[in-house]
Amino acid sequence: MKNMKYLLLRRFTQIGLLVLYFGANAYGWKVLAGTFGSSKLFGVVPLADPFMTLQMLSAGFVAGVDVLVGALIITLFYAIFGGRAFCSWVCPINMVTDLANWLRRKLGLDAKEVNYRFLKRSARYWILALTFVVSAITGVAAFEILSPITIMQRGIIFGFGAGISVVIAIFLFDLFGVKNGWCGHLCPLGAAYSIIGKYSLIRVKHNHEACTGCMECKVVCPENQVLHMINKESISVTDGECTNCGRCIDVCNDDALGFSIRSMVKK
Amino acid sequence: MSNSNNSRRKFFATTLQSVGLTALGGLLWSGYSDKAKASPLVLRPPGALPEEDFLKACVKCGLCAEACVNRDSNVDRETGKQRPGTLKMAKGDDSALIGTPFFEPRDVPCYMCDDVPCVPVCPSGALDIPSLQNEKKEMDVNKARMGLAVVHKESCIAFWGLQCDACYRACPLLDEAITLEYQKNDRTGKHAFLLPVVHSDVCTGCGLCEKACVTEKAAIFVLPREYAMGKAGDHYVKGWDTKDQQRVGNRKLDQIITHDKRSEKNPMDYLNKGVEY
Repeated sequence: MKNMKYLLLRRFTQIGLLVLYFGANAYGWKVLAGTFGSSKLFGVVPLADPFMTLQMLSAGFVAGVDVLVGALIITLFYAIFGGRAFCSWVCPINMVTDLANWLRRKLGLDAKEVNYRFLKRSARYWILALTFVVSAITGVAAFEILSPITIMQRGIIFGFGAGISVVIAIFLFDLFGVKNGWCGHLCPLGAAYSIIGKYSLIRVKHNHEACTGCMECKVVCPENQVLHMINKESISVTDGECTNCGRCIDVCNDDALGFSIRSMVKK
Repeated sequence: MSNSNNSRRKFFATTLQSVGLTALGGLLWSGYSDKAKASPLVLRPPGALPEEDFLKACVKCGLCAEACVNRDSNVDRETGKQRPGTLKMAKGDDSALIGTPFFEPRDVPCYMCDDVPCVPVCPSGALDIPSLQNEKKEMDVNKARMGLAVVHKESCIAFWGLQCDACYRACPLLDEAITLEYQKNDRTGKHAFLLPVVHSDVCTGCGLCEKACVTEKAAIFVLPREYAMGKAGDHYVKGWDTKDQQRVGNRKLDQIITHDKRSEKNPMDYLNKGVEY
């Protein structure tokens, strides 16, 4: 069980949040109501998705105070502490893409690393920028009309309907199409959190002295370009694209990786 | 030298490719988005902004739908259990834009709660509290304008001469939003028609009439006001109504057209030419 610690903690958090949201609708619980778009914590504290709030602003609507304050709270939380942790600790699509990724490894679909000419990891930043343009042109928050994240979450809370097809599509794309295709290449929400969380405090730290160079961490990491220091130097993973999922820490048998607080002092 | 030239060329090529693919994505995405939000015949919760603004403002959080289904009054009187809520969050296969709240009165109408629980919970302002407040700043659900009930005469059995006042009695604004107009039934010579007439200045569009209608497919149904209503324009005013006459002042000088293409011609010519289609 030792090498599943963070994985289990993440699943507990992800599913726990969904249970709270589900209960808010089904049983009238007040702990966490709404959806990721905008929520109410204990019926008092507003929370809102900063990326969605920016889309609304580009669509030409100045959102209500609750949404603006909520977006600020979420932004500060991830900017100061969490980094891109939304993606691996909160987002329900993460469970779908992790499953696809795991199956890929089991089925041996990853035998050869493929270089996708048309789909680079930078695509998400282009899509991020495009979201605001399309929102401004069409007058509606553009990503929110096809976001598999909120479609899946609303599906769990209010019932799925045809929305389930989007979730299946993401699963098939990640399994048979591009490795880490959705979360690692396309998702503009992940891109937004990469930018928001770039300077956050919680970081994975590598200890070069303990590393035996087995590269298990790189195999399991969904954004393995961020692990460029493995077996090279003892520094923290400072890239914003790291989702702080802790899988690398789980699979490391040499105690060469662990969570730490980013050192503020530059060398 | 040639090496740096090559890498520069490669840089330009990849940038151009990225820009091109982004533009392609943008076109497809905008097209889909325009289609997806074109869902005119959708009824929104009380206090909703006009559809165009509502689509910009709604964050699809579902707090209104949760407040609706979990309100204390939402119990089945016979079983004592909770009923389905009025407000539904649109799924991929619904006609409303995905994730936005809407209701279908024939399924579950709006029960017009006095405290309007669905509106104050809206975090974004898509459901506008001031639009439902009276002079004393109290919530007044009767100020809601979710839609307008429309009667289809040919399928309404009251227009056949049968006695039915189901919609009239279901209306929460009894004898205000729907009144019964008495008319002589010439077919029998000794009976009366009791005809439902909807008054658009009072009707909230709650849909309790549509739910109550006894015909197989409701003969009275709620449409968004924008689609159920016409507009006479400010150059038609009621000359016998001094208040209505003031509307004439709304006309802007540059909108008043007294001279058009036809004015060039002699009336004798165009009247004798027949109708142009």
